[in-house]
Amino acid sequence: MTMTLDHLQDRAVEVAASVTDPELPMLTLEDLGVLRDVRVAHDGSVTVTITPTYSGCPAMATMRDDLVLRLQQAGFDRVDVAVALAPAWSSDWITERGRRALAEHGISPPGRAPTVTGPVALLLAPTRRDVRCPRCASTDVEVTSEFGSTACRAMYRCRACLEPFDHVKEI
Amino acid sequence: MSDQPDVHTHEPDEHDNAYAGLLVNDAHWAFGTDFEDPLAGVDTTVPDGVARADLAAYCLMLADDALILSHRLSEWCSHAPDLEEDIALANVALDLLGQARLLLARAAAADPAVVPSLPEGSPVPDEDALAFFRDARDFRNVRLCEVPNGDFAETVARLLVFSCWRLALLQRLSTSSDAVLAAVAAKGVKEVTYHRDFAGRWFLTLARGTEESRRRLVTALNELWPLYAELFLTHEVEGRVAEVGVGVDPAEVAGEVDVVLDQVLAVSGVERPAAPGLAGVQGKRGRDGMHTEAQSRLLAEMQVVARAHPMGRW
Repeated sequence: MTMTLDHLQDRAVEVAASVTDPELPMLTLEDLGVLRDVRVAHDGSVTVTITPTYSGCPAMATMRDDLVLRLQQAGFDRVDVAVALAPAWSSDWITERGRRALAEHGISPPGRAPTVTGPVALLLAPTRRDVRCPRCASTDVEVTSEFGSTACRAMYRCRACLEPFDHVKEI
Repeated sequence: MSDQPDVHTHEPDEHDNAYAGLLVNDAHWAFGTDFEDPLAGVDTTVPDGVARADLAAYCLMLADDALILSHRLSEWCSHAPDLEEDIALANVALDLLGQARLLLARAAAADPAVVPSLPEGSPVPDEDALAFFRDARDFRNVRLCEVPNGDFAETVARLLVFSCWRLALLQRLSTSSDAVLAAVAAKGVKEVTYHRDFAGRWFLTLARGTEESRRRLVTALNELWPLYAELFLTHEVEGRVAEVGVGVDPAEVAGEVDVVLDQVLAVSGVERPAAPGLAGVQGKRGRDGMHTEAQSRLLAEMQVVARAHPMGRW
């Protein structure tokens, strides 16, 4: 039985879209918005294009290796992973499903990313965000640090239930 | 239900060798397997009108600023005043390291002649060869990036000045006619915005904190100030790449950086220092490869392991 190119294409997209983020395993790379393109060529080789979340994101190499591994396990022998640097990744690319998955796992999803026209304004007061505690839904929360366990997260604490939690930053 | 207690047994080989589990899926070891080009699949065509050597030199300037300050910031790891600041400084360092890596790779792609030669068959990628196998005189970072960290106040003051400057540069660079520089800059703008806010808030906090925190902050700013003017001097390479729309002339951003810094100084009640810029050596400064002694010491520590193993696979 030979599969048509369309079938192979669908299959490759399905496999690539199911690979999860190594640091946010409740999210697929598709939900995170990192997976930009999957293309099967006539010779059966696959090219997957991903966009880094942050310039120094150390998870990129693992994402690349996971994509190659999973696609090879699915029968695609030749897999290339290319990088698309432009447009830069935005937290707005996280899907609705991804946002729900984050919240269900105790991580507060990002709000709308700021759009910048002209010089970027300096912000000396704490960043104001519409953040809810993912555990008790209280809005009485405070930021403890704009930098957290990974490049994409800030640290918060809930003043109602006193639990600390992560928030995915808007960029 | 069995009377036997549930005793877990395992194959003799399973746990006797601590490394056994690591060998199951080698693909998860990013630094042990192929370390691919960070610009894989990216169009690295050199735009018309710019000399390859100029583009490479300019990329090295921007890369070295980020790399050297990233290294300084990473020296805070496990030494910061509290855990949050430790993590924050490491995050800032990581962002800058990521920018440096892409820019070094861009320099190598633009002009392979800038990459130090390594023994035949060395697996060290170009961006690592540039980071670890160049001598101090070949680094083109401004001297602000290389001076030792000092205390937390000095680190905050430097990061504020640096971030204000770099953000202004990157914002303009995001419309570069070089697609790679434009993309790296557009990404960097988002990251450095966070760095600048972080540094600005700490500057304000220290200025309005205790007498001691304020004293240290003012001392820090005064000590760094002689390195401020250098940020806005136009090196001939910067002049040429700016003229063809590939780069940014740093002199152009001086006014904007002044305004932002004055804003922080005003809120903090700190006066702008008046110290003149640190002279170069026969007119040569960081961008020319003329550094302070601190640069060599920093590189000695940063490069020693890589240089001992030019054939090393990490």
